[in-house]
Amino acid sequence: MAEAQSTLVDARRAAEVRERRARWLLLAPALLTIGIFGLFPLTITLIYSFLSPGTYGGVTWEFSTDAYVQFLFERDIFDGTLEFSSTYLQIYGRSIGLAFVATVGALIIGFPTAYFIASKPPEQRNVWLFLITLPFWTNLLIRTYAVLLIIRDEGIINLGLINAGLIDRPISILYTDTAVFIGLIYSYLPFMVLPLYASLEKLDFRLVEAAYDLYATRFQVLRRIIVPAAKPGIVAGSILVFIPGLGAYITPTLLGGGKELMIGNLIALQFGSSRNWPFGSAAALILMAVVMVALLIYVRNASREGGNHG
Amino acid sequence: MQQRTDTPGADRAMVQAERVTKTFGRGADGVTALDDVSVTIRENEFFTLLGPSGCGKTTLLRLIAGFELPSAGRILLDGAEIGHLPPYRRPVNTVFQNYALFPHMTVAQNIAFGLEMQGKPTAEIGGTVARMLDLVKMERLADRRTDQLSGGQQQRVALARALAPHPKVLLLDEPLSALDLKLRKEMQIELKRLQNETGITFVFVTHDQEEALTMSDRIAVMATGEILQVGTPKDIYNHPARRFVADFIGDINILDVDLDKIDEGRGVVRLPGGATASAALPEAEMRPGAVSVAIRPENVLLTGPEDGARTATGEIERVVYFGSAHNVHIRLDDGPPIVARAPHAPGGAGDRAGVILPDEHLQVLVD
Amino acid sequence: MADAAAPAAAAPAGRRARLRTDLRHQPGFTPMAWVCIVFLYAPIAVLIAFSFNDNRSVVRWTEFSFRWYVEAFGNEGIRNATVISFQVATVATLFSTIFATMAALATTRTRPYRGQTLAYAIVNQPLMVPEIVTAVATLALFTIIKKATGITGIGYLMLAHTVFCIPFAYMPIRARLEDMNLTLEQAAADLYAPPFQVFRRVTLPLLMPGIFAGVMLAFVVSLDDVIITLLVAGPGETTLPIYILGQIRRGITPEINAVSTLLLGLSLIFVTLFFLIGKQRKT
Repeated sequence: MAEAQSTLVDARRAAEVRERRARWLLLAPALLTIGIFGLFPLTITLIYSFLSPGTYGGVTWEFSTDAYVQFLFERDIFDGTLEFSSTYLQIYGRSIGLAFVATVGALIIGFPTAYFIASKPPEQRNVWLFLITLPFWTNLLIRTYAVLLIIRDEGIINLGLINAGLIDRPISILYTDTAVFIGLIYSYLPFMVLPLYASLEKLDFRLVEAAYDLYATRFQVLRRIIVPAAKPGIVAGSILVFIPGLGAYITPTLLGGGKELMIGNLIALQFGSSRNWPFGSAAALILMAVVMVALLIYVRNASREGGNHG
Repeated sequence: MQQRTDTPGADRAMVQAERVTKTFGRGADGVTALDDVSVTIRENEFFTLLGPSGCGKTTLLRLIAGFELPSAGRILLDGAEIGHLPPYRRPVNTVFQNYALFPHMTVAQNIAFGLEMQGKPTAEIGGTVARMLDLVKMERLADRRTDQLSGGQQQRVALARALAPHPKVLLLDEPLSALDLKLRKEMQIELKRLQNETGITFVFVTHDQEEALTMSDRIAVMATGEILQVGTPKDIYNHPARRFVADFIGDINILDVDLDKIDEGRGVVRLPGGATASAALPEAEMRPGAVSVAIRPENVLLTGPEDGARTATGEIERVVYFGSAHNVHIRLDDGPPIVARAPHAPGGAGDRAGVILPDEHLQVLVD
Repeated sequence: MADAAAPAAAAPAGRRARLRTDLRHQPGFTPMAWVCIVFLYAPIAVLIAFSFNDNRSVVRWTEFSFRWYVEAFGNEGIRNATVISFQVATVATLFSTIFATMAALATTRTRPYRGQTLAYAIVNQPLMVPEIVTAVATLALFTIIKKATGITGIGYLMLAHTVFCIPFAYMPIRARLEDMNLTLEQAAADLYAPPFQVFRRVTLPLLMPGIFAGVMLAFVVSLDDVIITLLVAGPGETTLPIYILGQIRRGITPEINAVSTLLLGLSLIFVTLFFLIGKQRKT
């Protein structure tokens, strides 16, 4: 009996060991690849941000906090005194502002769309979802280029308006903040619609019926029943539009014409023609920090929702 | 170690569980699904594990199949210890609740799978598959994909697949629960036929008492991780030993009475109406005092209201007709209600009536 | 009496009345949904239309022609970029799908274990960091490695693509595994299949649609990447999107429209395949 028990314990322990070994062997390639070539480089960026720039790009191994100082102050070329400068803060502010406005814009277009899809019969929903998702999987560069084509001075919008006699000369949209704003909404709209749809799909329309039964008007139903039900989707969608919008590179490059910088351009520039890798690293880390704050808000919100409903 | 008896016969042990305990999770969160369970299943027997959901019957089946390892105790198959072996090294096969047919294989490929894994030669596999298809009357659908089959057909394929390697024991996990009533009745007969034709030991899990009573050679009634009683369907039905067993299977009257003394293996109890009676005792040790006795409604004899020595009198509260007979609900003068089953109603609500509770149908229960 | 009232109420059928009685309807939502679709597709439609325009102008329509496609195919720069794009995407897809499949097998359908959440977070890490940050960080690492070892080549670009393709390949494979019935594998084990045979004969065939979907996504994502490629790619490693970006900066020509349309079409094929595979997975 004692002997039998020990074979049983052995069998159980052997099974556990085997399971654990198999599990980590399976995970190893993905974890190592991402760990070494995805996570570890972020540490390098952190170290670089405290070094001095090399003359031809790269870094020299000298400790310096200049990258962070430079973010807020400008060093006088002649006497080396520091003076407060808002140049870079403005770029971050502009980026956050543009990403925020684009998020609101995407919400205004995306919410009715998601609701519209959710109220369709199930077979039609898939077609609509397919149509919404399809652009997301096509090339962002090409989509942005397509936007550029139609909002140019000679683009279809301006030509149409002129031919219709509504305007005499083209409205300049390209290479303005408006162009970047349109481009950002265009790029990330599917990110807004999909999570909104996911929450609205779960909405029990009997609740809507119950609200009407209790004398609610259409607007009251929207405000008191539908929007609260969609709240997790609103938060998720907003985060999913805001974060990539903040780090956008292609949109401001193509539509902002390179003169209206966003964070993405600023960072790329430091690793390119400006040859200031430490400052570029610092700028990247600050962007990461802003993104982390946004993600934290999301996670806190998501877990609170989870706690309330289930 | 277990002595292996080589005389083939109904009494040879095929599956033995010895003091098996199974706990899921650890520490305070741990849930004990089986608590020190011992049971012996004999060769060529149709053995049913019967109980409500969560009683541990499926866990016991999965321990025999090898999908779980016991926390303590031994499991023997045909005299050899198998409790520590993985499922693919145990000569037992399972029919799953939702059949678990491989959706990417045809009916024939499903049936051949176990034989292929055993490394049987191709020609033999072909022959066995053909025999199995014939056995479950599915020859014409051999090349169908399994998702094109009806529920009853899937059931047959699942049976054929599990029987094809000719296991020592066939485990069936509520295999009929997904079928509608008519099909279920057909499959009950079919299962019994398959067991007779193949001579394989069947271990059948169900929560349906009628199914258990119709098909089984023996039944183990389970609740909260324990086996409460093992016996033939007649034993279980007529002589339930535990209050839970009595309650779970069929309709039954349970009366609170006094046990005066124990006399020649039977209990002398004082029935309502004052008569004394001799009731069967369960195997557990009994002491005189307050006990419960059980009697099936169809064993309660209806008499006139005149007092006999064995008669308890009362008033009819209501009579419920259900097709083949009447259930007569009587409130006895001493208080307790009792139900008697009779082909003809002796009267209507408010009439007086008497009942006799025959000794041979009285069973003392353990709580 | 109720019967008499009903037809009267239903009489002014019309669209307006139907909407008023449709409790799900919200005013203005349906037009907005159409605006959304038009907004998403109009620019792409214009781009495609003008790629077939027999004129140097990308403004005025003259005549239908394949002229710009012929020129695009004759352009050596485009041909080279296409070859590079496919090489990188193929290698990145191969490795990322294999790694993602293995990781998905280790992170689904198990009892919770220590490190599971961490493993999950690491696999999805490339999705959580802004692409531009990943791009410069990868550039920094590769510069160090290149300086230390002297090794150069397209391998770096393939490696960078593999990293960000893993989470995309992982998503559909994981979803498929979670949908998969665990008892099927138990049934196989019950029928004498040892673990490897269970995997080969049951798990893998049933997982195939998920793996195909993962391949599609990884390929599309690699094919479409701009930012990371832009920073990491060495000289002579121009992929198709990078080539297009360079051309756009130089000026707009119908030839770009033609190449863009081709690349768009390629993505569409892969994504449509992805959706079709996803649809049939319930069977």
